[in-house]
Amino acid sequence: MSVTSERARLTDLPPAPAPPPFPTGTQRLPMAKALNLGLRRALANDPRTLLMGEDIGRLGGVFRVTDGLFAEFGDDRVVDTPLAESGIVGTAIGLALRGYRPVCEIQFDGFVFPAFDQITTQLSRMHYRSQGRLRLPVVIRIPYGGGIGAIEHHSESPEALFAHTPGLRVVSPSTASDAFTMIQQAIASPDPVIFLEPKGRYWEKGDVDLDAPLPAPHGSPTDLDHARVVRPGTDVTVVAYGPTVATALKAAEAAAADGTSIEVVDLRTISPLDTATVAASVRRTGRCVVVHEAPVLYGTGGEVAARITEECFYHLQAPVLRVGGFHTPYPVAKIEHDYLPGLDRLLDAVDRTLAF
Amino acid sequence: MSTTVPAADGPLTDDGLVQLLTPTGERVGHPEYDRWAADLDGDRLRAMYRDMVLTRRFDNEATSLQRQGELGLWAQSLGQEAAAVGSGHALRPQDHVFPSYREHGVAHVRGLEMTDLLRLFRGVDHGGWDPADHGFHLFTLVIGSHTLHATGYAMGVQRDGLVGTGDPARDTAVVAYFGDGATAQGDVSEALVFASVNQAPVVLFCQNNQFAISEPTTRQARVPLAARAPGFGIPSVRVDGNDVVASYAVTRQALERARSGGGPTFIEAYTYRMGAHTTSDDPTRYRTSEQEEYWRRRDPIERLRVHLERTGELPEVFQAQLAAESDAFGEHIRTTVRAMGHPSPHTMFDHVYATPNAVVDAERAWFTQYEQSFVDHDGRRTAGGHR
Repeated sequence: MSVTSERARLTDLPPAPAPPPFPTGTQRLPMAKALNLGLRRALANDPRTLLMGEDIGRLGGVFRVTDGLFAEFGDDRVVDTPLAESGIVGTAIGLALRGYRPVCEIQFDGFVFPAFDQITTQLSRMHYRSQGRLRLPVVIRIPYGGGIGAIEHHSESPEALFAHTPGLRVVSPSTASDAFTMIQQAIASPDPVIFLEPKGRYWEKGDVDLDAPLPAPHGSPTDLDHARVVRPGTDVTVVAYGPTVATALKAAEAAAADGTSIEVVDLRTISPLDTATVAASVRRTGRCVVVHEAPVLYGTGGEVAARITEECFYHLQAPVLRVGGFHTPYPVAKIEHDYLPGLDRLLDAVDRTLAF
Repeated sequence: MSTTVPAADGPLTDDGLVQLLTPTGERVGHPEYDRWAADLDGDRLRAMYRDMVLTRRFDNEATSLQRQGELGLWAQSLGQEAAAVGSGHALRPQDHVFPSYREHGVAHVRGLEMTDLLRLFRGVDHGGWDPADHGFHLFTLVIGSHTLHATGYAMGVQRDGLVGTGDPARDTAVVAYFGDGATAQGDVSEALVFASVNQAPVVLFCQNNQFAISEPTTRQARVPLAARAPGFGIPSVRVDGNDVVASYAVTRQALERARSGGGPTFIEAYTYRMGAHTTSDDPTRYRTSEQEEYWRRRDPIERLRVHLERTGELPEVFQAQLAAESDAFGEHIRTTVRAMGHPSPHTMFDHVYATPNAVVDAERAWFTQYEQSFVDHDGRRTAGGHR
């Protein structure tokens, strides 16, 4: 065999045009573009940050989230990897041990499972088992959730599997603005972060302040741990995250027309759970519905419901209800809207809690 | 370098092994590898002999401690000292090792406090040493996972510009040690892919000790394990793993290839685990005493001892000093392990995250309060306070 002294490089294509200047000010952007700019800023700010994944280079990712970054930062920083998820995460662990900050892209939610071993047995606990000597600032970006008419394994909601694993932080933005900020916070975090991108929201636009510094409410640019009340209300608290925040806001709009005031809490972080923000809301409203796309059984909603019951029992006017997917494999695209918790299912749960 | 089609009897053949020291202690020549062992003078060989003897002493002490109930489990390295010590001697201080949980000889050569290795097996912690101190990573119990960590680390070394500079103090290589059973794991194949396409400065060192717990290598492979690597574009070599000189030479060449930018190498060190997989299994159920006797005659320490004696490089005073050192080492191991103490239960909440985590903090606070509930006003633990 021939062994070259340099790594093989992709030099057979003409050079890409120079990247556009980094935009400034507040812009209305789709979430995918906001993520792209967040990644771009992180790459520009820290030469030890690098992206790795399948098709993220010249193609710019199957959702184009990494569009243009290969041309700007080169193949050492935006790495097209072999088609091997365990290899992506496993080598990212090694790179992190060497002082790099890898951001791995898993192409679709259903393909994270070959890497599940590396994430749960290695990535999540190396800090712990080394008594804090080793840090693994690795981000695993996963487009997740349904609603885009995809085929099997392209629409899954595995958040509870990761949230159940100590050592991982699990977050999901619901807006373009949060996507821009939170991806940078995730990369800055010294802990491994499972960064769940609601793929059905990639093309939804929102205002993004591109000049805003990373929020540091507790003095740390890595503080990711806060839920947010995104719509105040007085009758029922609806807890949502990622793709279901938009559903919750629509439900609140519809319920308002019927005279019901829904408060919507966007969890933003699934692990650790910001119980305080949710509990404060439930103490105001006395009622709570949790909504997510993942199956209800053993899901995030169960954890929220249990904690709210423990903390707010005497404030509750009704049991905490859960709305989500069924205990079935994710169904085929033609009936996925019957599986996903939509406006009607959510409003039905709101009505049930008000009927107690 | 092996690129040939394997023999019909598969991986159990010992044909084509690089050997520089025969089982009867004769130094034999090799056209490719002699030069990589040329720096092994009497002092170096005696140092290797000492390291193998002390590694075996450590291993035997740990086995005894397990039998006495002082360790929960032990993975013996008995019989594999040459591959570990020979390859370990080929490393430079800046190199980084990702070991399997049987690489006690490498740990010893790297200068670790050996009793720290026993903390994991005693149940005191999950990894009792700082990997940065001696470039020796924690043991990884999920077989083969760490071959990817090593490859990724090597990709980092490459990005750090510490490959092919020509400066022997800077050029850096990474070694992953794993067993024959690990080669059946998908992660090892993925490590070969990543190492190959990136030309990562990593040496994949397979200790083929011929058993994955009870299963012989023939249950993992139909070809010599080294025959796989060329299919990934990685040169490979099979070495007599009971020959410390050959193990040193092939590893030294592979490390030099890695450091100089020549990419990865796969080494299959053909050896034999004389003990059990761990102290939990019973080798008499899956192998014969004849087979063990065959390998006992190929003992790695004995063959170097014979060679050194024959060449007049093993004076009696050295032997006596080493015996005394070994006894003192054994005593140190026994007393240190027994004095390791009991970690505070509160430490279970430490280092789950590198940054504060509300859930862990709340659970820690609850546990502290709960523990306090068993303490009376005079600070004594009350009778109800069993865990």
